[in-house]
Amino acid sequence: MSQSNTQSSNAPVTPKTSSIVVPGRWQRFRESYLVYSFKRDWMAQACLLVFIAMVLGAFLAPWIAPADPYDLASIDIMNSELPPAWMAGGDPAFLLGTDAQGRDLLSTILYGTRVSLLIGFGAVILQALLGVTFGLLAGYLGGRIDAFLMRMADIQLSFSTLMVAIVVGAIIKATFGGAAFSDYALILLILIIGLAEWPQYARTVRASVLAEKNKEYVDAARVMGFRSRRIMFRHILPNTLSPIFVISTVQIANAIISEAALSFLGLGMPETQPSLGSLIKSGFDYLQSGSWWITLIPGGVLIVLVLVINLLGDWLRDVMNPRLYKG
Amino acid sequence: MSAAILKEAQSSSQASPRMDSAELGETLVEIRDLEKRFSLSGDFLEQLTFEKGRLRRKQEYVHAINGVTLDVKRGEALCVVGESGCGKSTVARTVMGLLKPSGGEVRFDGTRIDNMAPRDLLPYRRRMQMIFQNPYASLNPRMTIQQTLEEPLRFHQPTLKDGEVRDKIEEVMRSVGIDPDWGKRFAHEFSGGQRQRISIARALAVDPEFIVADEPISALDVSIQAQVLNLMMEAQEQRNLTYLFITHDLAVVEHFGTRVAVMYLGTLCELADTRSLFARPRHPYTQALMSAIPRLHDDKPNHIRLEGEVPTPVNLPSGCVFHGRCPHANQRCRTEIPRLIATDTGQVACHAVEEGRID
Amino acid sequence: MALLEVNNLDVRFAMRGGEVRALRDVSFTLERGERLGIVGESGAGKSVAAFTILNLIAKPGYIAGGEIKFDGEVLNTLKPKAMQSIRGNRISMIFQDPMMTLNPVLTIGEQMIECLKAHRRISRKDARAIALHKLNQVFIPSPEKRLDQYPHELSGGMRQRIIIAIALLLDPDIIVADEPTTALDVTIQAEIMELLLLLCEKHNVGLILITHDLGVVSQVTQRTLVMYAGRVIEQGPTREIINDAQHPYTQGLINALPQMATPGSRLNQIRGSMPTLTKIPAGCAFNPRCDFAANICLEKVPAFAHSGNCKVACHMVDAMVAGERWTPIITDANGNGATPTDSHRTEVNA
Repeated sequence: MSQSNTQSSNAPVTPKTSSIVVPGRWQRFRESYLVYSFKRDWMAQACLLVFIAMVLGAFLAPWIAPADPYDLASIDIMNSELPPAWMAGGDPAFLLGTDAQGRDLLSTILYGTRVSLLIGFGAVILQALLGVTFGLLAGYLGGRIDAFLMRMADIQLSFSTLMVAIVVGAIIKATFGGAAFSDYALILLILIIGLAEWPQYARTVRASVLAEKNKEYVDAARVMGFRSRRIMFRHILPNTLSPIFVISTVQIANAIISEAALSFLGLGMPETQPSLGSLIKSGFDYLQSGSWWITLIPGGVLIVLVLVINLLGDWLRDVMNPRLYKG
Repeated sequence: MSAAILKEAQSSSQASPRMDSAELGETLVEIRDLEKRFSLSGDFLEQLTFEKGRLRRKQEYVHAINGVTLDVKRGEALCVVGESGCGKSTVARTVMGLLKPSGGEVRFDGTRIDNMAPRDLLPYRRRMQMIFQNPYASLNPRMTIQQTLEEPLRFHQPTLKDGEVRDKIEEVMRSVGIDPDWGKRFAHEFSGGQRQRISIARALAVDPEFIVADEPISALDVSIQAQVLNLMMEAQEQRNLTYLFITHDLAVVEHFGTRVAVMYLGTLCELADTRSLFARPRHPYTQALMSAIPRLHDDKPNHIRLEGEVPTPVNLPSGCVFHGRCPHANQRCRTEIPRLIATDTGQVACHAVEEGRID
Repeated sequence: MALLEVNNLDVRFAMRGGEVRALRDVSFTLERGERLGIVGESGAGKSVAAFTILNLIAKPGYIAGGEIKFDGEVLNTLKPKAMQSIRGNRISMIFQDPMMTLNPVLTIGEQMIECLKAHRRISRKDARAIALHKLNQVFIPSPEKRLDQYPHELSGGMRQRIIIAIALLLDPDIIVADEPTTALDVTIQAEIMELLLLLCEKHNVGLILITHDLGVVSQVTQRTLVMYAGRVIEQGPTREIINDAQHPYTQGLINALPQMATPGSRLNQIRGSMPTLTKIPAGCAFNPRCDFAANICLEKVPAFAHSGNCKVACHMVDAMVAGERWTPIITDANGNGATPTDSHRTEVNA
């Protein structure tokens, strides 16, 4: 090096003596655009507040509900079809009235929301596990595996969730009897809704994997000799998380609605462990006779729950702005 | 044939500390008749067409590389130049095993590597590394710098203890001019030049012998380009690296390269040591390319205007791929593909030079 | 009076973390038929300057001060309608990416005719004739055929020629070209630059050429403006700046080019990198990278010093023009002297 310059590029660009403060995860999160835009969006704040209140109410139901609707001993059939407390004939012990079996409607709704949320989250976790795995494989490996998985997804989507539920429900009932079905209804519904809707995830993930896999950091990982599995899960997957988060909100709302629809048709939760859907159904027969509250109040709760989740999802999509694959 | 030619090429000598073509070492990487086609036609069903009432299978290819033969000598910086679409990046990616060649072979230190199973390739992966063009895409945005640098090291040397890994990473980061204290930051918190330094650090972390650099400075600002080039030159000296340097910038080539390979439309036009090539470009395309460099200190650029445009690599021209734009083309150029012939300073693929029509 | 006069232009962007000042106190003039180069690295504000001249600064950006005078008229207070009659008509723009100007679903001819009809009362037939004439001027082979082609049917170099033809369509007084050849190959780049130069000289059109490539600037322009971190730091005749740059940054930029060094030797690099616009150091923005920085450089933004035909914003040049001695030494708070290279090397951009 004959004409060496005054200083070498070997010297660190940063001063050695400086104390560099690297922000921790929490601080990064607090300074992120997500938090910034959340602080400026009253709609998102309100939605999150309502959602948290509902989730807390649902999961703390055993402690805060006035009665236990699963406890048959505490139910008095004489209390059936009492209107809400503020109406004529209402009983202050039953704030939102009672249903046809005499259960306290408020408690039933709290427990029912819990069932609905459990099924919603459970089904979405299952969908995400299946869909993300298949989407990653299809997008990264391409070729025949891609073609096969995506045709599977197409076939899966051409069956509606309802059809799958009816068939599976019928088979289980025929094989193990109705009682067994009621016992395992929660898990079965999670399985059915989870299996029916994984293609949504698979398609979204595949689309973003296709975009990511051509970026140079993936080439860099390949040049290092990393195996496909490591590249897929360690390098590509973390970069497809934002679209996964966004569709997860929509999918939770969808799963809750699917569950409600199945229960309403009598294919879902039994009336002994009511979800919001089966509550609506149980009250539906009494709608004509004037006992509107048994259907409309749980219906309203369902609508609010789904609405806040969807609004939160919309906000999240605006913030993260991923290229969504609309399947 | 290349060995003989290269002996001929070893003529000049220079008192430069960096390697000169006169002292070329043994061959590290051999590229033999490399070919790469990309199918344009999709899968089988999409290839079927009706023509004149008959069902036919029709396949179209982009001919990215058509029979390129190159040797990279240990310790040199071989620059591959050419305009966009000439196949220079495809050569880089095929050598690195990111693409499978359609024909020909790639050898590293005597062993054929282009058809190796990924598992057998691992020891070679450590010895050859790559630096990419876009510093904004070549680092994983969800990983900290520390993680980015540690992963290859732990993968290739699983026996290293935590402390050793840390020391190694620290050493590499210092050597590229990044303060190790910044390790917990993410790539997006760095400027383009710093990211390119980190990319280089990642390549250097596994102690490679051979580095393929695909346009490593073309996305950077002028003042940063100089920094990164200096860094690469320093690393070459300290670690005795061999470079295959892909670029479109001839000014950089002149400064950096030991030898230069000029490519046009997937073929090699000319290969010579840098000084001879710049002093006396032989191939008409090289001459045109040289005349187009914007120089600071001449007001009246005397640039050779080429007729027409680069043809598509889908339907290659017959004969010499350059004949459609070449001012010296004759009937032979239109029909016969020129082979690389030895000149006093290198190799050139041109009928006109061979026949002595141009000097 | 100059054709275009930019005085103390101040452009800001209202961003999440507060205001970002993209241009500070930018002033320059352009005579009729003059070719001016604006050089700088990415983020220096050169593109913002171009957009501002055409009044194309969109929210969240706005002009916070200064004025742009074109042919005696102040552009930045003009109504959008009046601005439109100037933009495209008397000042036209060439972008880096031809597809920013070309609409992919219209043929070349339709786009050119539409552009003509928007600004002039003219029949379709006449418009087509003018379009054809302009395509001829930019040496496009078989121009008749091109008029009926879509942009995607043409190569990058051909598209950029068409962009130049469109820019010339209404015989503008000034063409603003923002990195017109960056996306093109070297041989085509040289052709396009030659063409641009030829046409500007022939039709006496002013050119504002925005680029990072000093080689291009030296071949095409008569005067050069060097920008750094939103400010003009040096301006003057191109020859003088290339041959004898005064500002340490300009010097560094020129000396960093590979063609300025002996092949194989170290390049003369400028250390560090340009600060992002949110973190510009106090005083002279270049001080953390400057080998000649002294205490005053950390405190005071330098005013322009006149050196020869050039204007240079540098304390050192100012001192030397005044015949004073300059010691590039920075004293810290304890009064300890140190050379700037190892004392205050703050990394500004991370």
